[in-house]
Amino acid sequence: MKIGDLAELAVRNLREAILRNSLTTLGVAVGVASLVAMLSFGVGLQQFASRRLASSGLFNAIFVTSRYNADFGRPARQDQAANASTPTRSLDESARQEITRLPNVNEVYPQIRFMTEVRYDDKPYPTMVAGMPDSARTDGAFDGMQGKFFSSPNADEAILQMEFAKDLSPQPSSLLGKDLILRYAERKALSAQAGDSRKASKGNGSESSGNGGFSVVPHEQKLRIVGIVETEPEGGFGGFGRSRVYIPLSVAQTLSATQVNDLRDVLNGSSKTSSYASLTVRVKSPTQVPQVEAAIKNMGFTTFSLLDTTRNLRLFFTVIDMLLTIFGSLALAVATLGIVNTLVMAILERRREIGVFKALGADDRDIKQLFFAEAGVMGLVGGIGGVTLGWLIGRGINLGTNIYLSRQNLPPVSISAVPLWLALAAIIFAILVSLAAGLYPASRAARLNPVEALRYE
Amino acid sequence: MPQDDNGIAIRAGNVSRHYQMGAAIIRAVDDVSLSVGTGEFLALLGSSGSGKSTLLNLLAGLDRPTAGAIVVRGRNLAEMDTHELARYRSLTVGMVFQAFNLLPRMTLEENVELPLRLAEVDRADRAARVRQALELVRLEKRLSHRPSELSGGEQQRAALARALVNRPTILLADEPTGNLDSATGEEIMLLLKNFNQSLSMTIVMVTHERPLAERFAHRIATVADGKLISVTPKPREEVQS
Repeated sequence: MKIGDLAELAVRNLREAILRNSLTTLGVAVGVASLVAMLSFGVGLQQFASRRLASSGLFNAIFVTSRYNADFGRPARQDQAANASTPTRSLDESARQEITRLPNVNEVYPQIRFMTEVRYDDKPYPTMVAGMPDSARTDGAFDGMQGKFFSSPNADEAILQMEFAKDLSPQPSSLLGKDLILRYAERKALSAQAGDSRKASKGNGSESSGNGGFSVVPHEQKLRIVGIVETEPEGGFGGFGRSRVYIPLSVAQTLSATQVNDLRDVLNGSSKTSSYASLTVRVKSPTQVPQVEAAIKNMGFTTFSLLDTTRNLRLFFTVIDMLLTIFGSLALAVATLGIVNTLVMAILERRREIGVFKALGADDRDIKQLFFAEAGVMGLVGGIGGVTLGWLIGRGINLGTNIYLSRQNLPPVSISAVPLWLALAAIIFAILVSLAAGLYPASRAARLNPVEALRYE
Repeated sequence: MPQDDNGIAIRAGNVSRHYQMGAAIIRAVDDVSLSVGTGEFLALLGSSGSGKSTLLNLLAGLDRPTAGAIVVRGRNLAEMDTHELARYRSLTVGMVFQAFNLLPRMTLEENVELPLRLAEVDRADRAARVRQALELVRLEKRLSHRPSELSGGEQQRAALARALVNRPTILLADEPTGNLDSATGEEIMLLLKNFNQSLSMTIVMVTHERPLAERFAHRIATVADGKLISVTPKPREEVQS
């Protein structure tokens, strides 16, 4: 029989026992809905976690430090041991330029974080300051912030972390447009004590210490508060402690504030050339991180990326998805028994009809295909209904979660998602499972002896 | 297409159909040899349980003989696989039954169209062929009626249309008047006679009514206890027109 005729006869047969077949199809729909709801929860959580981590800007970032860096007494890490033969280099401007020239590298910028005392409303608030590159404007790290990003890479402006802003004022949003004073320890090379140190060090992460020493003098910088961000960009990774105040990277460089690596450079005698505590390397895509990371290691530096963490995260969600699939499939397994039962009942009821079909020229394959088609139609309709139902359940979960979160004064989230691939996969899965359920009834119907079937009353 | 075997449409040679029922063997058809000529109207006459319907089912390819051969158009049905037998039932023979066996959920049009679907006839040709078949039995105005809305005679006529729609050369009828009153049965027999004469269709009809067989069939093959007892030849010109 042609496919069109098969489908037409299958739908007609299903319509004849509309109540029973609808209930069976509803069973399939509930099974698929349970599967979709479970998986949409897993997918939604994964997307939520990925979004949060991706907005931190960590996935396409490699953090580079010199091997001189504060390993003081700690055993060498695996990657360091593996590269033990590579000569140790200073993380200076030439190294930065060399890394910038590597393929697939978008930008390389120094990590500048330093201790400061913020003065606001004549009260002191000690905290850490971090320099932010202009690329942070578009990489999602500051998405959802109050106010706006820095007006220019050299603007004397600051963005505050929400908790810190709450320390300054119970109404954080009222801080926007106000000024604060940044008191910090400015580093002045002993050989260049005269003149404006900011000019001397402009365009460089740290100035030369000349004969190997420098003095530290307190300095102040007035900054305008332009934004307040909920979470710390880059999760505080790569620095020394969590930063609560963010300023343009160029401004941070010109401040020439004393950093931890200054003391290290003095101690290990490498202070004759300027060096960076660490560099952040932005790669075009997370998939290119391993190659770039390997190239940097070959240059003699220590690197760290969150790739392994990502792999573990994926593994975790794969296991979660697998468990959710198993639990979600239980309902679908029960539904398949319903299909088997319905089709076996149909064989009993339509035994004489099967005999007539055979007498009129149907062969075993036609009968088998007809019952398969009926199972497939139940799977298709049940699959579509189930995906719709599962999607509605997911929307319900999201709605309920967001009502709860809004009562806790937390921003809304989406923890359930039904992407197109999940919807299509669920429908195809429902059809395949239904066809599998129709296997036994279809072959039983096909094997019916036409003479006996025609005698059946 | 294989030609008829010297004017023989069906040649059954030493055909047996035995069933095992526990230790006993039921010889439903036992060593029957019979030939049916092309365009012949043969009546298989016998009492209930004589094996005539079993023999008809064997000729229809619905059942396989335990022994012997049934050759139709040069092919032995016993040697055909299930797919070939299905093609044979679809295109070479048409069947009508005592109980009509129309599908109650389908309209008359859909019932008659069913063999065309099974034979994978193009959808575009089907409507015309269904109408033609129903015109032959004068039911062309009842296309959209369901079997339950028809009388017994009309249902059997519809079953005849369904049997003819694929234009078979052989019509096998199992007690076609068994469920009908005598007037309606007469009407059906006249239709069969008409198909036999106007379409040169070979007809094998199972019946237990001797007068009916004597009036319409060219020959009467009498079956008892699974055996062919006699074949009564009757000149064609004597058959009532």
